[in-house]
Amino acid sequence: MEHIRTPKVEQVKLLDRFSNKSVTGTLHLTATHLIFVESNSTSAQEIWILHHHIASVEKLSLTTSGCPLLIQCRNFRLVHFVIPRERDCHDIYSSLLRLLRPVSYDELYAFSYNPKQNDQQREEGWQLIDLAAEFERMGVPCDQWQLTDVNREYKVCKTYPRDVYVPITASKPIIVGSSKFRSKGRFPVLTYFYQEKKAAVCRCSQPLSGFSARCLEDEHMLQAISKANHNSRYIYVMDTRPKLNALANRAAGKGYENEDNYSNIRFQFVGIENIHVMRGSLQKLLEGVGTRSLSMTDYLVGLENSGWLRHIKAIMDAAIFLAKAVTVEGASVLVHCSDGWDRTAQVCALGSLLMDPYYRTIKGFMVLIEKDWISFGHKFADRCDQLDPDPKEVSPIFTQFLECVWQLTEQFPQAFEFSEWFLIQIHEHVHSCQFGNFLGNSQRQREDLQLKERTYSLWAHLLSENQNYLNPLFSPSFAESHPVLEPSTQAYHFKFWRNMYNQYDRSMHPRQSILKHVLTLQESNRELEGTVQALKTKLQKFGVNTSPLKPQTPPRECSLPPRPQSLILGAPLLSRKEVQQEEDEEVFGEEAREDAPASTGGERTVEGSSATENSYGELMGSFGSKNEPGVVTLEFGVARMTC
Amino acid sequence: MELSEHIKTANVEDVTLRRPFHPALRGTLCVTSHHLLFSDRKDEASWQLLILLKNIDAIEKRAVGSSGTITIKCKDLLVLQLEIPGMEECLNIASSIEALSSLESVTEMYPFFYRPSHLTLNGPWGLSSTEQYYKQTERLWDRWRVSTLNSDYSVCPSYPSAVIMPREVDDDKLIRSARFRQGGRFPVLSYCHHRNGMVIMRSSQPLTGANKKRCKEDELLLQAVIDGSELGYIIDLRSAQQAQQARMTGGGFESKSFYSHWKRIHRHHERGKVVQESLIKLVEACSDPSHSVDRWLSKLENSKWLSHVHSALSTAGLVVECVERDGHSVLVHGSEGTDNTLLVSSLAQLILDPASRTVTGFLCLLEREWIQAGHPFQQRCAHSAYSHARLKQECPIFLLLLDCVWQVWRQFPLALEFSEALLLRLAQEVYASNYGTFLCNSEQERCAAGVKENTHCLFQSLLRPDIEEQYLNPLYEPTDLAIWPSVHPQSLQLWTGLFLRWTEYAQNMEEAREEVWSIVKEHHEQAGPDRTNNTLSTHCDTLTPFENLMDELTIL
Repeated sequence: MEHIRTPKVEQVKLLDRFSNKSVTGTLHLTATHLIFVESNSTSAQEIWILHHHIASVEKLSLTTSGCPLLIQCRNFRLVHFVIPRERDCHDIYSSLLRLLRPVSYDELYAFSYNPKQNDQQREEGWQLIDLAAEFERMGVPCDQWQLTDVNREYKVCKTYPRDVYVPITASKPIIVGSSKFRSKGRFPVLTYFYQEKKAAVCRCSQPLSGFSARCLEDEHMLQAISKANHNSRYIYVMDTRPKLNALANRAAGKGYENEDNYSNIRFQFVGIENIHVMRGSLQKLLEGVGTRSLSMTDYLVGLENSGWLRHIKAIMDAAIFLAKAVTVEGASVLVHCSDGWDRTAQVCALGSLLMDPYYRTIKGFMVLIEKDWISFGHKFADRCDQLDPDPKEVSPIFTQFLECVWQLTEQFPQAFEFSEWFLIQIHEHVHSCQFGNFLGNSQRQREDLQLKERTYSLWAHLLSENQNYLNPLFSPSFAESHPVLEPSTQAYHFKFWRNMYNQYDRSMHPRQSILKHVLTLQESNRELEGTVQALKTKLQKFGVNTSPLKPQTPPRECSLPPRPQSLILGAPLLSRKEVQQEEDEEVFGEEAREDAPASTGGERTVEGSSATENSYGELMGSFGSKNEPGVVTLEFGVARMTC
Repeated sequence: MELSEHIKTANVEDVTLRRPFHPALRGTLCVTSHHLLFSDRKDEASWQLLILLKNIDAIEKRAVGSSGTITIKCKDLLVLQLEIPGMEECLNIASSIEALSSLESVTEMYPFFYRPSHLTLNGPWGLSSTEQYYKQTERLWDRWRVSTLNSDYSVCPSYPSAVIMPREVDDDKLIRSARFRQGGRFPVLSYCHHRNGMVIMRSSQPLTGANKKRCKEDELLLQAVIDGSELGYIIDLRSAQQAQQARMTGGGFESKSFYSHWKRIHRHHERGKVVQESLIKLVEACSDPSHSVDRWLSKLENSKWLSHVHSALSTAGLVVECVERDGHSVLVHGSEGTDNTLLVSSLAQLILDPASRTVTGFLCLLEREWIQAGHPFQQRCAHSAYSHARLKQECPIFLLLLDCVWQVWRQFPLALEFSEALLLRLAQEVYASNYGTFLCNSEQERCAAGVKENTHCLFQSLLRPDIEEQYLNPLYEPTDLAIWPSVHPQSLQLWTGLFLRWTEYAQNMEEAREEVWSIVKEHHEQAGPDRTNNTLSTHCDTLTPFENLMDELTIL
C-alpha cells in the first residue's frame, strides 16, 4: 500500500490499439488492480488489470495531450493510456514498477485473495484433484508397477513429487543410482499407464553421459521399465530436443543415451526447440499481430517468420509419435529433454490427452495439468515470471501446451467437454497468481509456502462455474468411437489462435458465436424439460392422466438469466447470482468500490458488456481524420489520406 | 459437327477409378455428349459417378505399359484418376473429353438438353427483376422511375432491359451519359437503403480521355442522384495512379471540378488475370499435403487470395460506412463495371440489408447484381484453377464473392438464413451446371440464345421446399442491423470448405454440424412456436449499433 502515491487520476485517455479511437475516464490504482473506468458514456466500460498480469510498463515521451503510458500484460492485453499531467504519470509508473515486481511470495495476490470460504471449503477445494486416485484409475499400482517411498522426503529428487511410481523390479539402490546419473536427479518414473496394452509412458531428464560415461543402475532402470511390459521387447527413448542441442550438451557432461549401452532401446530425437527459441518466437508473433493497419501479406509473413506454428506442430508431432508407439505398437516410451520439465511435460501431457478420453473432460484436464505440469515440477514461477524475474527463464511453454489442445479442439469439435474459453481462463490464472496452484517451481516449494493452508485452489473455482466452459457439441459417444485421437498434421490444420493472442482486441472477434448460441439453446432445452416434468408431477398429484401431454410453451419466467455479452467465442456465461457473489466477496484496497466485480472473470464480463466496438476501426483511419491530432501524431504516425 | 462425332470410344470395361478418401473401384466408363459416366459393376446395388464434361478443367494422360491413366481435374477442384486398359481406348477417351469439355456454342451445352421429369419448361424463370425490385422498394417511388430505354439492348448491351433512374433525368440524357461511359454502362441504381433512402449506384468508368472531356448529362445525372444533399461518394476501385493512367487509353475518372458534390475515394483492387492466377496458386498450395508449416504459410501468402478477400470486404465496409453511418449516397465503379464493381456493391448490400440475407433474398441479389447486371459468366468461368489453356478472360470474381460471403457468415453465424452448403453449391454450379442460369455473358445474349425458353432455372429449383431445406442455417435469427464484418487479417480465414473440400477428411466437422442441428431441432420441438422469446435478446445487442461512434465520423 505504501507504494501507491497517487491512487486516482482523472481525465485519462485510453487509446485503442488498432484505430484512432479513444475514450476518457478515471484511472484508479489499488493494491491489487489498476482500474480504468470510462466516464460520460452509457456503456461505462471498465478495465481491470491485475498487477501480476502486467509484464511491462513503459513511459513514452511527453506529447501535447499528456504523458503516454504503455502497459503490456501477460494475458496479451496491451493498453495505452495518456495521462494529462506528467507528475501523475510518473507516480503511477513508479508505483506500478514496484507493484508488479513483488519481492516475496507473501506479496502475491493469492495470499490476500479471499473468496469468503471457510477452512473446510478451502480444504475440500484442494482435495478435488487426487493424484493417487488418478494413478489408481490408470490401474497403478499393479503387478508390474509400484508406488515407491524413495522420494518421500524429497531426498532423491527435489523437483519431483513425494509419490512416484516405478517398475516393481527397480530396487531402491537402482533408483538412487539412476538418479545420480540424471540431470537434477530426475530419474525415470511413470506418468501414464496405458492399461489396454500395459504400456507405460515414463519421464526423466537427460543422462549425464558426456562423451562416454555410463551408469549400470540407469541401464537397469530402463531394463526394468522394458521388462514391465510384456507386449514389447523394446522401449522407445524419445529425446524431445533437436539432435544438435543434445550433442552440444555432451560437452557439458550431459547428453543422451548411447544405444549400445542400453539393451533393447530405440532412440529417437524429436526436435522441439528450447525455451529461448520459444520465447523469441512468441515475441515475434505478438509483434506481428499487434501491428496497426496490418495487411494480409504482412500478417501471413509475420506468422511464418515467427515460426510459432512450426513449433506448435513439432510438439504435436512428438505427442502423436508417443501416442502411436504406445497404442499401436504397445511399446513403453521414456520421454526426456534436458531437465525434463518443459518439453517433456508438453509431450507427455499432450500424448496422454490423445490416448485417454478422460483427459478431454473438464475434471480430467485439471488432473492432467496437476500431474504432468504441477506435480512433476514445471517451473511455473520462473516460466511465468511470478517473482524475482530472470528474463532468460521466462518462456511460453505452458501456453504452447494449451494451444496444442486448442488446435485439437478445432480438429475434433466433439471430443472435448470444454470449450476454448476454459483454456483461456486457465492461462489467465496461471499468470494471475490469484490461486495457489501454479505458485512456485515445485511441490516441495509449495509445501514450504503452505499454499494449501493459505491460498485457494483454482480447480474448485473453475468447477464451480463449469457451465461456463462447456462445449455444447461434446459427445461422450465420440470418445467411445475415438478413444485415441489421430489428428492430422497437415500444415493447413495449424491456425493462428486469435482468441488467445488477440483476446482483448474486441474489434477482431466474431459478433455472434455459434458456441454461445447453442449453449443457450441447450440450456433452455433442459429448463423446458424440467418445466414439463414439474407440471407432470403436479398434474399427477391432482390425479390427472398425463400421458397425452404435449410439450408446453414455456412460461415467461423461465427465460434465461441475462448473460454478459463478451465478444469472445464462448465467453463465460456467469449468471447474475454469481457475479453478485463475486462482487460481495472481493476485498479491495483503499479504493474499494461497491459496484466493482473482482476476479479476472468479472473483469472480462464488465468489459464485454460495453460492446460499442467498431469493426471498421481500420477503415476510419483511412478517411484522414481530424480528431485528436495530438494523440494521433504521437504514437501511431500520421493518419493516411486516401484522396 | 454433331457432338457424338467427337466420341470414338463410347464404352470401356475394366476401368479403375481412384478418388480421394475412397478405395479404388473397378467398373465401366462411358462417354456421352455431355457426361462422363462411371459405374461400378461389382455390387448388385451399383454405384455410379456422373460428371458433367463441362466440369472438367484439365486432363493429363500417362501411359503405363499397355494401359493408360487419365487424371481428371475438375473445375470444382475434385481430382480423379482413371486407369484404362488399352492405349488406344485411353487416347480416344481423352480426346473426346478434351473436345467435349470445351464447347463454345451455348446452345450445345447441357442445360439445353437437361429435361428432368419433375420440372417443366413453362414454369416461371428467375426470381426477380428490376421492375419487381422497384415495386418492393417504396422509398424509391417518389424520386425514381423504371426506365426501359435499354429494352432492345442498344444503349448498353450488357445491361438488362430495365433500369432504375432518377425521375428528373429523361431518357435522352441517359443515352448521352451512356456514350460517356465505357461499354455504355451509365450510372444505375443498385440498392436503396431502407433506413435512410440513400442509394448505391454503379457504373463503368467515364471516358474522359487524355483531354479531360466532360459530359453535362452525366454530371446532371449524378447531381440528380444526390438531389440537393451536399455530398456523395464515388468509390473508384482503382488506385489514383491507375485511374490517371486509364485516361491515356480513353478512360478516366470524375474530376473534382465537374462533379463538385462528389468526393472520390480510390481503393486499389486487383482484377482479371491477377485474381485468376491467385486462384491457381492457392489451389496448387492446397493440393500438396507435404508442405511444412512455413512453406504452407508462404504459399498461402504468395497466392494473395486472402488479400483479395481482405480488400473486397474492406471496400464493401467503406461503402456501408458511407451509406449507413455517414448517410450519403455512393457510386461504385472500376473500369468496365462488370467485376469488382458488382462484388463490392453486392457485398455492401449483404452487410446492410436484412432482406438479402435470406435464401430467397440472396439469390435475388445474385440475380439482379450479377446475372442481370451483366457479369460475363461465360468468359470469366470458362476455366478454373487447373487448366493449362492460355488464360483469356477468366477471373474467379464470383468465387471471390462467395468466399467473402462465407467470411461474413463465419463472423455472423446467426445472421444469414442460408448455410455454407448453398455457397458451395453455387461455386459448383457457376462453372458447370444442368441449369441455364449462369450461361452467357449478358441478358442480351441469353435472350438471343433463348435461355429462358429452353433451359431450367437454378434459383427456382433451389427454392423448392425439399431442396431449400438442405441449404438452411439452423441457427438463423434475423436481425435488422447492419452486420459489419471485421477486416483485420486475423479475422479472415481460408475457406477450407471450398479449397480443402477434397483434400481434407471433413467427417468430424460434418458430425459436429449434425449435432448443432439436432440441438436446434430439439429446441424447436420443445419450445414450440414461441421459441424466439428466449434467445432473441441474447445476441441482438451484441450486433453493436454504432451511435457512439458517430462523433468520430470525419469524412471531409
